[in-house]
Amino acid sequence: MCPRIHGVAIAVGVLVSLFGFDEGYRQGLDNDIDKLGYHLLVTAKGCPYEAATLMLKGGGGLRYMDDAVYKRIVRDPRIDKITPQLVSSVYNQEGGPQGRGAFALYMGIEKSYLELKPWSKFKSGGWFLSPDADEAIMGYEAAEVEQRSIGDKIFIPTTNKVLTVVGIFERTGTQDDGIIFVPLATAQRIFNLPGKLTDIGIKLKNIQTIAEFEEDLYNEPGIQVVSLAQVRGTIINLVASARAMANSIALIAIFIAIIGVTNTILMSVFERTREIGVMKALGASNLDVFKIIWIETILLCALGGIFGIGLAVLGSGAVEHIIRQTLPYAPAGRLVIIKSSFLMVALCSTVILGLVAGTYPALRASLMKPVEAIRAGE
Amino acid sequence: MKECIIKAEKLTKVYKLPGEQISAVREVDLEIFAGDFISVMGPSGSGKTTLLDSIGCLTTISAGKLTVLGNDVSHATESKLVSIRRKFISFVFQDFLLIPSLTTVENVLLPLYFARLSQDNQKAIAILKKVGLGHRLNHIPAQLSGGEKQRVAIARALIISPKLLLADEPTGNLDTKSSQEIIDIFKQLNKEQDLTIFVVTHNSKLGSQASKIIYLQDGRIVQKL
Repeated sequence: MCPRIHGVAIAVGVLVSLFGFDEGYRQGLDNDIDKLGYHLLVTAKGCPYEAATLMLKGGGGLRYMDDAVYKRIVRDPRIDKITPQLVSSVYNQEGGPQGRGAFALYMGIEKSYLELKPWSKFKSGGWFLSPDADEAIMGYEAAEVEQRSIGDKIFIPTTNKVLTVVGIFERTGTQDDGIIFVPLATAQRIFNLPGKLTDIGIKLKNIQTIAEFEEDLYNEPGIQVVSLAQVRGTIINLVASARAMANSIALIAIFIAIIGVTNTILMSVFERTREIGVMKALGASNLDVFKIIWIETILLCALGGIFGIGLAVLGSGAVEHIIRQTLPYAPAGRLVIIKSSFLMVALCSTVILGLVAGTYPALRASLMKPVEAIRAGE
Repeated sequence: MKECIIKAEKLTKVYKLPGEQISAVREVDLEIFAGDFISVMGPSGSGKTTLLDSIGCLTTISAGKLTVLGNDVSHATESKLVSIRRKFISFVFQDFLLIPSLTTVENVLLPLYFARLSQDNQKAIAILKKVGLGHRLNHIPAQLSGGEKQRVAIARALIISPKLLLADEPTGNLDTKSSQEIIDIFKQLNKEQDLTIFVVTHNSKLGSQASKIIYLQDGRIVQKL
């Protein structure tokens, strides 16, 4: 029966991992969005997925809008805090781990950026000396990967510019940790995008006015407005298809496990025909035999379930690694969070699986005629 | 007057196969009284085992009348037959048919479980000691010899204190020494406990130990001694 324990274990492992991924992804996404500090993001008109990714992760090859938009919006009295941003990514052939090449993400910001993200603290160094200085502040992970410290020079390959590191942020647990920040004016100059922005982050004084504010912004030509709720929905939609596919695989695995367990128990019933016959001769009723086979199946499935849960818990790190490589956007923090309630659901599922898978073999065994069963194979 | 355990009147058992019917037992009249030790002998295919299955309530009869301890079981349902087997009848088979995953004691206790009686370990151990297996209590069947397995099967049969012990070729798979041990146990049970024993056998030595011998041929009783 061991192979069928493996089948059940794999099905349960997949199920628990999926629950864990769903929970971890939602929590991570909510955390990322909470730490954005924005209520709204204004971007140039374009793909909503692109805008959502920009909001959470930054990105290159994006559309740009004139900073005149910012200058018009900034005077709105409903705004509490506002910050203009210019995002660009640069491929560095010698960058990344072991020098295998990597994209470095640059973000041009103004000091207002820190007002929207009060949790961003300097680990070392401080703010730019001037609004157009050739200086950089590195996110925690960006500095770790590049092994940078204050005073180091950063060469930007495609622009042939050199920046001096003047600050390193503490870890925030968000995508900001991987970004290299430069003064907005510097970014516009070195990336040859004068007067351009990729996005504007806005926090309102009163969140209740968001719909009305958003509506008013649409009077501005060539922009689109993305709210936090929309971003969350967009990202969730983005991964929903992948999750649906994974759910389908889990369902197929469970179905195969049921068929496998049914087949194994059925084979076992046939092999034990004489044993069942003698139990009946000793006074076992049809119900007694049914219960024995059913309970055996449930125990087999529960054992498989326990193995599967162990598999999911122990393998969550590997699953997380694979998901991170696969998804277009993965929030910071744990991506697979396995709660005790998932384990209970998984264990109950295996019991139900056992109940379903064991019914037919148990019925076959219970309806065996004692004489025919005892004399079978004689 | 001794209690009548089994009364068969024109007991007939027919097996219906595709395209043919086989009359395994034909109009057998038989009475078994408490304390009887009956052996049934006859050539292979003479209906010995079918007769045992019928009076052991393991199968329904096709015609005639069968009364077991005052209960007419001629047309009994499976649940009625189960209830009679559980309370009054025990079996010993040629192949022992012990549950391979259970220990000696657990095998012996099994009928009590099905009879919804408390698991009387002491009684099981006492019976096992009586059949000479006091030193094999926690062994599984694979660790026992043929003779030991059959003695476990006898202990299992005795645990519910049956009114009737049915044995189908109990020495069929045993060597001479083990066969003699089983024959001695049967004789002892019959004499000391007045246990009613009905044995189907080819073993003339076992058959000759019985107080009554029935010869079957072609499903009919041809001789009673």
